Amino acid sequence: MSIEQSDIQSIAELARIRVSDDQLEEVTERIQSILSMVDQLQAADTANIEPMANPLDATARLRADEVTETNQREAFQAIAPAVENGLYLVPKVIE
Amino acid sequence: MINHTVAELISGLSEKQFSSEELTQAFLDRIASLDGSLNSFITVDSDHAIASARKADAERAAGTAPALAGVPIAHKDIFCTAGIKTSCGSRMLDNFVPPYDATLIKRFQANGCVMLGKTNMDEFAMGSSNENSFYGPALNPWDKDCVPGGSSGGSAAAVAARMAPAATGTDTGGSIRQPAAFCGITGLKPTYGRVSRLGMVAFASSLDQAGPMARTAEDCALLLNVMAGHDAGDSTSATESVPDYTASLENSLEGVRIGLPSQFFGAGLDAQTGKCIDEALKVLEQRGAILKEVSLPHSDLTIPTYYIVAPAEASTNLSRFDGVRYGYRCEDPVDLHDLYTRTREEGFGDEVKRRILVGTYALSAGYYDAYYRKAQQARRLIRQDFLDCFADVDIIAGPTTPGPAFALGAKSDDPVSMYLEDVYTLAANLAGLPGMSVPAGLVEGKPVGLQLIGQHFGEPALLNVAHQFQLATDWHLKQPQLETGGVS
Repeated sequence: MSIEQSDIQSIAELARIRVSDDQLEEVTERIQSILSMVDQLQAADTANIEPMANPLDATARLRADEVTETNQREAFQAIAPAVENGLYLVPKVIE
Repeated sequence: MINHTVAELISGLSEKQFSSEELTQAFLDRIASLDGSLNSFITVDSDHAIASARKADAERAAGTAPALAGVPIAHKDIFCTAGIKTSCGSRMLDNFVPPYDATLIKRFQANGCVMLGKTNMDEFAMGSSNENSFYGPALNPWDKDCVPGGSSGGSAAAVAARMAPAATGTDTGGSIRQPAAFCGITGLKPTYGRVSRLGMVAFASSLDQAGPMARTAEDCALLLNVMAGHDAGDSTSATESVPDYTASLENSLEGVRIGLPSQFFGAGLDAQTGKCIDEALKVLEQRGAILKEVSLPHSDLTIPTYYIVAPAEASTNLSRFDGVRYGYRCEDPVDLHDLYTRTREEGFGDEVKRRILVGTYALSAGYYDAYYRKAQQARRLIRQDFLDCFADVDIIAGPTTPGPAFALGAKSDDPVSMYLEDVYTLAANLAGLPGMSVPAGLVEGKPVGLQLIGQHFGEPALLNVAHQFQLATDWHLKQPQLETGGVS
């Protein structure tokens, strides 16, 4: 599958990773080489094969609905880039 | 002391030949004299190590010590350690001091092990050479112009250079086995789910698995005894009972059937490496094993399948790094979008960004069926190949890597050529099977590894074969010549 620079820009937007204009050509080239390699898979016959998400076919376990964690807000916020009054700070979202 | 195996250290400590403090200091001194050039540690916390060693010595004196009390160990910098930086080899986590310990770390602490430090690795465990580390690559102690392998390259280099008697690693596509092979040590990736992933920074959650890296199979068994077991905090942690992994080591290989997949001995395998593997297989045959040719017909799907599944899961897992709750945040973001996109541009290295982009593409609307779903179907075919083989054989053997360690820089400009390095190791992760690498020879002075792949929860059989091989060979005893004038 051939990929264009504009495709990379839209994937990068989905992934929330800025790709600067001067890097776009190189990133596109390398992603293209990876996609060309994985495209070998398209030739595989996988008709009627059930997709496998877990190598042991395990499914999510349920547990009793009980409180097992204690509040550690202060410990968690001590390592945050910016906090105030127990809240995480980000640039203003609503004008 | 630094040349002892873990098994020898345990008896030395219990017979009071040396204290844990003396032992720990000897390894810290060795790290101080060698690691300036080898770069296998990201963090060494001497005070913490000595304090743990004194505690272990006191417990031994009081007769209350667990079996491994006072044994030093290095941990890959992917395991969260409360109060000690856990970088995962990334600028994104260069300032991250976790508020909690990974389950694996807790288990080693409960068994009295002394943490020497946190080892270097490819960023977020993505790489086969250690060159993707934010802290620069660890070097191969056998040849400093060569890579130690990756992603657990720092752990492998540290054990090979006798800076630690053992280390932990993680393996998503070969990241324990390939560096073990390149550095001439023994490494085991257990069955998926055998060791808890809680507190282990996630790369690809259906593939990631932690395991031991040490000099011998016996040491790997001792460490796996500490590591393995169910953890209610990890939703994919296996509930199967945990055997004593040392119990099977002395079993005879008489009648053990070892399958040799023709696909592991094809054109891509370096001739001299192939010769070492052939010799190793003869040793196993002399000890009574029966060699049988087997086939893994979907082998050619392994690399493309892996390089869809792993990046897809990585793109999801790494979405948590957003510059809000912990880790790196870019300077002066103008708005929330700028905060996210620039934090992730600046915080992640090139290979990590490539894999996030590939994974995002493979999961995006309109491409999901062609990529991710198709890869999950191929994954089932790959696993079925192994299950079919295991109807006829007990374990599978072959080379760990296509050749010995390659030069720094040789593959770092071409991601796809780097991916091909993992051709023999990826399948065990896709199928969830345990795999080992055992030192099996030297090619141009550099180690190569024999890979053993077992059935689900078949670690005892793998460790048995590896131990019996090491009783008959001395490749695991060979050590690199380092310029401090060798080893005291």
